[in-house]
Amino acid sequence: MTPTLQLCLIVSAALFSIGLLAALSRRHAIFILIGIEMMLAAANLNFIAFWRFGPDPQNPTGVMVAIFSIAIAAAEAAVGLALVIAVYRHYRTTNVQRLDQLKG
Amino acid sequence: MNPWIVEHLWLVPAVPLAAAFLILGFARKRPSAAAALAIIGQLVTLVLAVIAFLPTLQEPGWRAFHNFTWFTFGDQAVRIGWVLDPLTAAMLVMITFVGLWIFVFSKGYMSGDKDFSRFFAYLSFFSAAMLGVVIANSLLLLFVCWELVGLASYLLIGFWIHKPSAAAAAKKAFITTRIGDLGFFLGIFWLYGSSGTLLFYDAGKGCLEAAGLLAIGSSATFIALLIFSGAVGKSGQFPLHVWLPDAMEGPTPVSALIHAATMVAAGVFLVARVYPLFSLGAVDGVTPSLTVVVWIGVITALMASLIAIAQADIKRILAYSTVSQLGLMMVSLGVGGVAAGIMHLLAHGFFKALLFLGSGSVIHGCHHEQDIRKMGGLRKIMPVTFVTYAIGMMALSGVPLFFAGAWTKEEILHATAHWPKSHLPHYLMLAGVVLTALYMTRQMIYVFFGNRRGNIDFQSVRPAGFQPAEPNAAENISAGRTGQSPMFRHESVQESAPVMTRPLIVLAICVIGLSAILTPAWPWLHSYLSGESTHFDLGKLIQPMLFVSLALVAAGIGLGVLVYRRAGATDPLQQILPALFRFLENKMWLDELYDKTVVALSRTAALVSDWMDRYIWDGLVRAFAGIGRLFGSFSAGFDERGINAGVDESVIGTRGLGRVMSKLHSGQIQTYLGAVAVGVLVLLLFYAWLA
Repeated sequence: MTPTLQLCLIVSAALFSIGLLAALSRRHAIFILIGIEMMLAAANLNFIAFWRFGPDPQNPTGVMVAIFSIAIAAAEAAVGLALVIAVYRHYRTTNVQRLDQLKG
Repeated sequence: MNPWIVEHLWLVPAVPLAAAFLILGFARKRPSAAAALAIIGQLVTLVLAVIAFLPTLQEPGWRAFHNFTWFTFGDQAVRIGWVLDPLTAAMLVMITFVGLWIFVFSKGYMSGDKDFSRFFAYLSFFSAAMLGVVIANSLLLLFVCWELVGLASYLLIGFWIHKPSAAAAAKKAFITTRIGDLGFFLGIFWLYGSSGTLLFYDAGKGCLEAAGLLAIGSSATFIALLIFSGAVGKSGQFPLHVWLPDAMEGPTPVSALIHAATMVAAGVFLVARVYPLFSLGAVDGVTPSLTVVVWIGVITALMASLIAIAQADIKRILAYSTVSQLGLMMVSLGVGGVAAGIMHLLAHGFFKALLFLGSGSVIHGCHHEQDIRKMGGLRKIMPVTFVTYAIGMMALSGVPLFFAGAWTKEEILHATAHWPKSHLPHYLMLAGVVLTALYMTRQMIYVFFGNRRGNIDFQSVRPAGFQPAEPNAAENISAGRTGQSPMFRHESVQESAPVMTRPLIVLAICVIGLSAILTPAWPWLHSYLSGESTHFDLGKLIQPMLFVSLALVAAGIGLGVLVYRRAGATDPLQQILPALFRFLENKMWLDELYDKTVVALSRTAALVSDWMDRYIWDGLVRAFAGIGRLFGSFSAGFDERGINAGVDESVIGTRGLGRVMSKLHSGQIQTYLGAVAVGVLVLLLFYAWLA
């Protein structure tokens, strides 16, 4: 089976949906972070796919953006994990359903 | 060019006024200092009066005045001033001279009174006010002083404030004279309106001079009558005479001052002062206003002398004689005998002061007993008082030749005889002469002759409302010593001290001496007052009228002696004509008549006004208040139910919206994320649909 743009996009969409589902349904903050990482990965996959099957596949522009995005995602994950730890220290829980102090 | 005194004539009233204030300020607790201040003040005033008198002797009809602007408002300047002419000068000398001796007498009469200083302050004030009336060259200034005279009389008549009758008499005097003053005040307005000035003499521009009289023209009659109403009140003329006999409630020196020198003289003086107003447009010396003056005077003179016959109070008899003499003066002014009227006023000032001070001496000697039926036989006990009183009585009665009153009275009878309008006043005045002699004889016999009647109880025959001046004093003296009924003990009656008898002697000498300048042979005072030159002519001394009045006076005195010779407890007239006596004794029931008419009317008016005030005007005010309250409650309701409710509702709505919105903010980040996802999905579908 040869990889095509459609195939890549379907995989990417599936990956995004799974990540979204994880972010919406899991109660643990770390799993939500993992879901967000999955959605980011789906976006990166789309960058690669559109570059690989686009008009100019010779210049490595898509790879560059993807790598840049992964670097930012790493930083974001670090911040997110730090936040989770801070929240846990404060509330002694990581269950996001109980972190509802912004309720109106 | 004018003498110094003309410009400084204000000093004459200012000196006693200053004395009054000095006494009130510094001598309240020092009676002797107060009396000294008052008497010295009066003495200085007398000297000033004589200084003022001298220049008027220069030429007949000499007159000087000094005017100045009191204040200006708009383009109207109110000017006042003082005038010095024979009328003013003669009055000044009479008032200050008689006043001086009344002051001296008061020192003895009032000794021991706890308000001795206050009395002298008021006396000085009274004298000052009257002197102000006399010197005034402006009707306004005259009116101001006129009212001050009224105030002073109020204070003095009601001097014994602890006596309800004195307080009532003071009120009566004040209110009754005020009724006349109302007319006077209107007359002043009218005069100012038509002539534009209130100055009497102002170098040809005053209201009594040619130009002023021309401007007044035909309204002079009404102005004169309005001014006369003031004089009626002050001079005790019918129908406003009722206050004068009641004014006897004051201490006797006050009565003397009121009746002789000051208050009652003011009315006659006023008429004489504004005489040009009365005589303006006279035909044959008769004008409507002067005719009114004559008839009022005639009624007053006759009525008062009739009432005097039946009075028992020594001072009341004198009071009614004053009323009748004032009526006589008015008649004289009315028929054109201005000089005669003023001469009688001056002479009357002397002999009435003498009589009142004599009666004061009698009352003082009898321990404040005033009922002549309880006296009698005082001739031997009080010889000085008796002789001086007899001189006064003969002057009042008009015994010819040697007494001042006789000449002036004769002069008035002359004037009335030549009145062209009617001869009735003349004959009525002749009858008045008989009556005057009669009641004075009655009083003399009762007080000085016969036997003492001090121990008869007269309670039953006293007129209603009659009270001895100081019941407590009489009671203490008799009850304390004898324990008998409250009567003075005749044994303790004695002649008064020299401080009281000396004024009597001086005044008695004056009454006789004054006649020298009053006789028709050398009518110095007459020509002095009327501005003519005098000739001595012994031939004129004996006039037919002299015999007429001699006969009349003899008839009066003879009748008096005949009737009252054996006067005892009951008045002879009471035995002969009880109904008439009762009528006269009760003062012709005029007081009762006024009580039933004027007083009742004003009381009813007061009650009606009270009722109107309470129910009509108050009701109106309450109705307006109700309307206001109605509007208030309406607007309050609108506020509460309209505006407040609107605000409330919007608040409730906002709060509900907030509640709904706050429900959305659950705090669940996953819900938010879901919403974002759904939103993105919807956007995507929307784009897809657009493409």
